[in-house]
Order: sequence, then structure tokens, then C-alpha cells
Amino acid sequence: MTAYLDHAATTPMLPAAIEAMTRQLAITGNASSQHTAGRDARRVVEESRERIADALGAAPSEVIFTSGGTEADNLALKGTYAARLAADPARRRIVVSGIEHHAVLDPVEFLAGQGAAVTFVEPDSRGVVSADALRAGLGSAADVALISIMWANNEIGTIQPIGELAAVAGEHGIPIHSDAVQAVGHIPVDFRASGLDLLSLSGHKLGGPIGVGALLARRDAVLVPQLHGGGQERQVRSGTFDAPAILALAVAVESAVGELEVASARQITLRDSLIGGLFGLGLGLELTGAWTPGSAHDRLPGNVHIRVPGADGDSLLFLLDAAGIACSAGSACSAGVPRPSHVVLALGVDPEDARGVLRLTLGHTSTQADVDAVLAALPDAVARARRARGAT
Amino acid sequence: MRVVAAMSGGVDSAVAAARLREAGHDVVGVHLALSQSAATLRESARGCCTLEDAGDARRVADRLGIPFYVWDLAERFRTDVVDDFAAEYAAGRTPNPCLRCNERIKFAGLLDKAVALGFDAVATGHYARIVEGPSGRELHRAVDPAKDQSYVLGVLTADQLAHALFPLGESTKSAVRAEAAARGLAVARKPDSYDICFIPDGDTRGWLSRRLGSRPGEIRDGGGAVVGRHEGTYGFTIGQRRNLGLDRGSLDGEPRYVTGIDAATATVTIGTADLLGVDDITGMRARWCGPPPVGSVRVGAQVRAHGEEIPATAVAAGETVHVRLDRRIRGVAPGQSVVMYDGSRVLGSATIASATTAPGAAREEAAREGAGRHTDDGSGTTSDLF
Repeated sequence: MTAYLDHAATTPMLPAAIEAMTRQLAITGNASSQHTAGRDARRVVEESRERIADALGAAPSEVIFTSGGTEADNLALKGTYAARLAADPARRRIVVSGIEHHAVLDPVEFLAGQGAAVTFVEPDSRGVVSADALRAGLGSAADVALISIMWANNEIGTIQPIGELAAVAGEHGIPIHSDAVQAVGHIPVDFRASGLDLLSLSGHKLGGPIGVGALLARRDAVLVPQLHGGGQERQVRSGTFDAPAILALAVAVESAVGELEVASARQITLRDSLIGGLFGLGLGLELTGAWTPGSAHDRLPGNVHIRVPGADGDSLLFLLDAAGIACSAGSACSAGVPRPSHVVLALGVDPEDARGVLRLTLGHTSTQADVDAVLAALPDAVARARRARGAT
Repeated sequence: MRVVAAMSGGVDSAVAAARLREAGHDVVGVHLALSQSAATLRESARGCCTLEDAGDARRVADRLGIPFYVWDLAERFRTDVVDDFAAEYAAGRTPNPCLRCNERIKFAGLLDKAVALGFDAVATGHYARIVEGPSGRELHRAVDPAKDQSYVLGVLTADQLAHALFPLGESTKSAVRAEAAARGLAVARKPDSYDICFIPDGDTRGWLSRRLGSRPGEIRDGGGAVVGRHEGTYGFTIGQRRNLGLDRGSLDGEPRYVTGIDAATATVTIGTADLLGVDDITGMRARWCGPPPVGSVRVGAQVRAHGEEIPATAVAAGETVHVRLDRRIRGVAPGQSVVMYDGSRVLGSATIASATTAPGAAREEAAREGAGRHTDDGSGTTSDLF
């Protein structure tokens, strides 16, 4: 019996999304073809686009389908940077938070290799990037090409004041992108009201399939294409429309947004029960990031991130895995080695303490039994992991 | 038994893990990440620190149906093995990093962690045997003399041996490869690695020069005359013949060998082959696989991996051990390890502090142990790398 507490890595597909996707998989038709089968597929794509736009406060033409969050982030950053630089060669600076996902950080690093300057805006000790910090990072902003600040952090679950940050960007007329992969379907997201120019989302974080996502891009956002070919998606993102995945994404977004209030309240209860239980274990565990009990104002409803002083993340993961608990130690290198997370370090956490962290994330299938299973398994796991640290 | 199978991504550790699994043990595969920087596929496919090797190990674990994890011992590996390796060369000695890794990483860092996490033993794909003896577990040579790796395990103490498993000790390499193929393991035909894992291109001198920088000095002959210059004593090892970079050939036409290295004065001394023979070894940091020997004992002494075993008399005194060989051998470098055997059983080891010629009548030199063979035997020890 496994307790799955890694919903931020991927969450189970909703049965309705599976049903819609498998049904569409059996139907032939390239949505770009000029015949009945093609038109039928195109209709599925465009209806899905409208459903997603409706659910997220966007216009249908603002939805650009991608292969997922990583591609959406890459398109937003590289596409905007190239367009801005072409329009004004002085705009070579990118302003990002220091706690972005690698799908943002690595494209930024790539652009830095192409001559971009980068300013990191650091969060406070709770993981929140303030409007003042962004303002300071922008300076006169005359050389800034774009801003990218995630909506909710994938490791520690902290939610950023996106409206305030977008307002600061608006003061300077700088395009602002937000990686909202962890936010969409979990907390209220209204693209139009947010003031953002660009927003990334991913299917499999909200009950849709892996391999599909979208970039919401204001109609006036200028993007240099990163995938060239058949000219789909406003000529910005070529590639045959993946009608089954796009349909399933629409079903999942609609469902997650429609049931957000109920699901969020349920997860907040479980989250707070887990946090309270963790503190009650008396193991010296520390919660990372902002937390207001009973609220998803500053922390995702399903996110718990703890530091386990004196233990290593890989030992904890191993022991919990052996005890039937699936969770995460934050970030890992490509070989699978847990590494001290740049997110945790950015909060000013001691590097020694950053070695022993656990991310326990809840989702739409989580129950109190999952919470109880973690709380039952942790005392032994923490004790053993601490002994293992002492041994090495 | 709950066993951690250390899986390098090679064929030996794969078969070792498979055999344990088949024997009914509760096996978990662990690949050690030993490289500080995240490895990429663009790096060498050899060595034990690459992404490709981690991937190979993972696929073997999948095939065997055992859980698989990557554990990060990079920091400890850097300090205990890599830094130590460079420091030893800087001090004019010739270390063997594989012994060091077994002593400090595989059967210390990894083993201690495994035991703390609830495991009973660590298994590796080393070719060596553990035999239950009258006074505890004994470490013995493998049955395949061509693959025997007991030398690099000679640093293990009784406590470490108590938690070690070597499932391949009774097998030949060809049998292990055939078994891997029969089990459908993709690594069955993967080539053996001979190089030092953290120097995948095999250019130890280049690695050391990047690491230690230029430390120029003189090459002198036995009479003290300067016959050449060098960029660092770390580029030399006792018994080395090639790449000496001398200004001129020897007048007598006899080949010249490195006979002495003094890192303090940055001086390399060369001489003729007859000066290389030694029979009196003083070892430090002695490690015993069982109770330390009492008094003077007859042993077989081996000074490098796959080197010849020489009959000798050993006397242990605390951390040091004195080994008097029955005949002289060539090319014994401080920093190498002398491993002592009683028959096939490993008694223990020590790091060679000095090697000299015992006073008294010169004894017959072991012709087969000549320096030419030494530099060409491809055994993978550090003294063979230049």
C-alpha cells in the first residue's frame, strides 16, 4: 500500500480526462487538414482552446498549445527576449526571481551565454518576492527585456503577489511572464486580471496528461518562434495539433478550476493536519516557506516542505520509499542525486540544513490516511537518516 | 539478508547483484555519484562517474526487479580520494586511489550509511573471496588469478569484512560475462574500465599538472649532475623509464630509470636498472584483515595490483610494518601499498613509506620483475600510467 505524496511532481489524471483523451485517440484527423476529418479535429482543438481560455480569464487567441510547461517557459523567455532585442538592442537584461524552476533558469542561463545580462530578485526568508524587491531589481528598467517570476513555487509552495508584481512591470512597460505550472487549477488564476503578459501552464500538474501544456500570451505579446514548421499557433509554435491531449487538457483545466474551491478547502485541511502532525512529532522539523493556517493565500493548498536538520534527503527518500511513502527531496541532478536546492538556499537556510529536506505534496486523490501514513513512518526514518548522516 | 549492491554500471557489479537477488536476499541497488559536477553524456563513457554508467546501472536494476537509488558521496570522495591522490603525488609518492576508495568510500562511507539505514551488508563486483575461518571472516584471493582483486581490498578491517559480500570470487571473468549475457543484461559486453575513474582520459600527468600547476626542478644522475629538467616531480614514479625528457641519451647506452623523487627539492634522480632493486620495505598505516600478526611471520608480499607475490618476512609494530623480501624487486614506489598474504588469504596491508636495499649480501634479483614489464603490464595501477 503506497501513500502518494508527490502530486507536485505529477498528479493522477482525472478519469474524465482519460476518457476524453482515449476517445479522441481513436478518431483520425489532422486538425490542419481541409476535409471533414480535419475539420472535426480542428473543432476539438478550438473548442478546447475556448474552454481553457474561459476557465482562466483569457481570450481563445491568447492560448498557445505546447508540449508542456518547459516548452512554454522556453518560448516565453527566448521568444520574448529575441523580439525585444530586435526592437531595441539596448534591452539585454532579464529580471527573474532566484527561486525559479530550472525550466526558467536554464533558458535564462542559455540567453546569458548569448549576451543577456541577468538580475536575480531574491525572495524574503518566507520565499516571497515583494514588489519593492522587483522595483529595486528593475532600476530605471531602460535596459530590461523582460521579467519572469513564478506564480507558485514548485518546491516550497510559496505564492507570489503576482498582481502587485505585474503592476510594477506595467509601470515600466516591461513584459512580464509567470511560470504558473503549480498554480493553475490549484489557486484562482485569472490571466486578464493578473496583468501578466505571458503565463505557462502544464497538463499533468492538474489532472491532465503529461506532454501537453500551454503558454497564455496577450494578443500584443511579440514572440519570435522557437519551433519552425507548419505555422500552427499564431505562427509561433509549429507542430501538428495534438487533439487528444489538448482535449484532455481542456477537460482537466475546466474540472480543476470548476472544483477549485471545494478541492482547495479539502487540501488545506489535509495540509494543515500534516503540518500540525509534523510539528507534533517533536523531531525538530522545520517548515519552509510562508504558511497561514486555513488559507491558500501565501502557500499552495497541497504543499508541505520541511527541513530535517541532521539528515540527508537521499536517506530520507530511501527510507520513506521502503515504507511505501512516495515523496520528493526537492531537486535532483540528472543522475538522480538529491542536491541542496537553490530555492531553499535562496531563503537563507544554512547549506547543511538544506541537505535534508522533504517535499510532501497533496492532490485531488489525497486522504487523511496518506497524512497518517507519513506521520507514522517519519520518526523511524528521521532517526535512521540522522544516524546515517553521522556515519558518513 | 538486506544487502546494498554497489552498482557501478559495469558487468561485474551487475552479476554480483543478480546472484544475490537469486539467492533470496533483499537487494537494493545503489550507484555512487562520485563526481562533483553533474555528469553529462558528452563526458567519457568510461569511468565510474558518468551519467551513462548511472543509466546502465539503473537498467540492470530494472531488469533484476530491485529498487535503485543514486547516493551522493561526491564530497567525501573528493576529500578522501581525489585530494589525497593529488597530495600524495605532490609529496613525491605514488598512491593507489582504488585502495583508498575501498577503504574510505565503498566500505566506509557507503557501508556505514547502509548499516545505519538498516542494511546488513554491502556487496560489490570485486573478484575476491570471503571465507569463514576459525577466528572470523577471512579475505582470500579470487579463484581467477587473472582477475583477482584482493590486492585493492587489502585495506579492509575485520569489521568491514563482516559486512562485505563478494559474490564473484569463485568465478572467472569470462563466466561472469557469459552469465550476464544469459541473464539478458545489456552490460554483458561493456568493456572493462582500467583508468582511474576521475581521470577518464587516462592522462594522469596532464590531470596532475592542471591540478598542481608547474613545479619545475632538475633531473640529476646518481653523481648529482643535472641531466634534464621537469615541470613537476608528480609526473614521475619510481622505475619509470619512458618520457623522462632527458637532454641527451646515456653515454653507456644503458636505459635510465627514475630511482628517486624528492618533492621537497623538486629533484628527480635517475640511474641504471641495477639501482632499482629493493628488498627492505617499511610500511605505514598498517591495516589488518584480522588480528595483527605477532612477531616475525612469513608472508607473500605484493606491491601492486596484479604484481608478483614475493616471499618475505613481516614484522608488525603498531601502525608500521617492516617487510623483508627474500629477493630484490624493482620499481617499488613510496605511496604504493604492500599487501601481505598467507597462502591465498590476505593478512593486511600497509602504505609503503620507504623501500631500500637491506645491508648484507646482495641477493639474486627477480629478473621477471624488471622495470620493463612493470611499465607495460597494463594492470591499471598508478605506477603504470605514464
